[in-house]
Amino acid sequence: MAGIAGGLYNSIFRRNVVFLSAVFSGAFAFEIGFDQALSKYWDWNNKGRQWKDIRHKYVENEEE
Amino acid sequence: MLARSVLRSARMAGNARSSLARTATRSTTSSSIDAASEAAASPFRLTVAGTATTALALGSMAWYYHLYGPTLYAMTPQEEGLHPTKYPWEHEKFTKTFDHQTLRRGFQVYREVCSSCHSLNRIPWRSLVGSSHTVDEMKAMAEENEYDTEPNDEGEIEKRPGKLSDYIPAPYKNDEAARAANNGALPPDLSLMVKARHGGCNYIFSLLTGYPEEPPPGATVAPGLNFNPYFPGTGIAMARVLYDGLVEYEDSTPATTSQMAKDVVEFLNWSAEPEMDQRKKMGIATVVITSALLALSIWVKRYKWVPIKTRKIVYNPPIRGNPGDRSSAGH
Repeated sequence: MAGIAGGLYNSIFRRNVVFLSAVFSGAFAFEIGFDQALSKYWDWNNKGRQWKDIRHKYVENEEE
Repeated sequence: MLARSVLRSARMAGNARSSLARTATRSTTSSSIDAASEAAASPFRLTVAGTATTALALGSMAWYYHLYGPTLYAMTPQEEGLHPTKYPWEHEKFTKTFDHQTLRRGFQVYREVCSSCHSLNRIPWRSLVGSSHTVDEMKAMAEENEYDTEPNDEGEIEKRPGKLSDYIPAPYKNDEAARAANNGALPPDLSLMVKARHGGCNYIFSLLTGYPEEPPPGATVAPGLNFNPYFPGTGIAMARVLYDGLVEYEDSTPATTSQMAKDVVEFLNWSAEPEMDQRKKMGIATVVITSALLALSIWVKRYKWVPIKTRKIVYNPPIRGNPGDRSSAGH
């Protein structure tokens, strides 16, 4: 535990520049990951109900 | 009367005297309080007073309930209309989108049936693109209609085919024309109808499917009106329009009355809140993030308060005693 905390301190918290950039890039990465996970759940939960699920029927029909 | 009250006072005096005597005898056992209350308790007067106050209390409660208790209805049940049945709409669930195949069928029902009388003023052709139709389908539908152009160099307003940015045209030029064509009744605009009526989807579905074969015995239907128990007042100018097989769905869904009603109701819910899918998705994201933040803040609060909650305040009184003792103890 002390080793992890010490490593965390030395690598991130020691210099303010590193700490600040870690905060911003962490927020950026979290947002992307969270959005993707939520979209995945959303599309699974609404399988076959959304426009993107039925779109191919009508686009194909028009090209024939 | 006077004699009786005199008698009673004499009896009370007798009571008092006897109780006084009892007090005297029992004063050694220090139960004089019991004796005093027995002295005040003339059973007949107590009964009368208790009965009277109880009757007063009950009577005032009954009077208050009579004044303010019962619910008053401004309208008779017939004028309110029958309450619509609650149906388990899938798209009304917390995490469910509209079924866009249903929206496509519902728009077909609106276009082929409802749009001959009802406008959909707030929906432009473009908003159906990417929701239930492709761009090319919507362009073709928009071009079937004519719209006014901007004034040209001579100030004349000409006609042009519709574009995606145009709004779905209304069946009548204005409300007066709509009334004139419909026996004085105005077919309301359907854009926000699901939000505009109590019961929303349930009400419209019940209304569309709730026309009986003939009005029940005893019901009076004004000339030019139709009987529908779900419509407030039960007399509705719109006749039943949805019959089995009225439209032919392109996805070969059987076009029963209830199927068409369900499709068009869900379509009208979409037209009232086209942002619903996105709104629900954002709502879930918000709930997840804020509940994580709430848990975090509760943890931080407990962490910070631990020293305050677990501290123990002890008071050590100063040592008292003979100064001589303390000085000898000091040495």
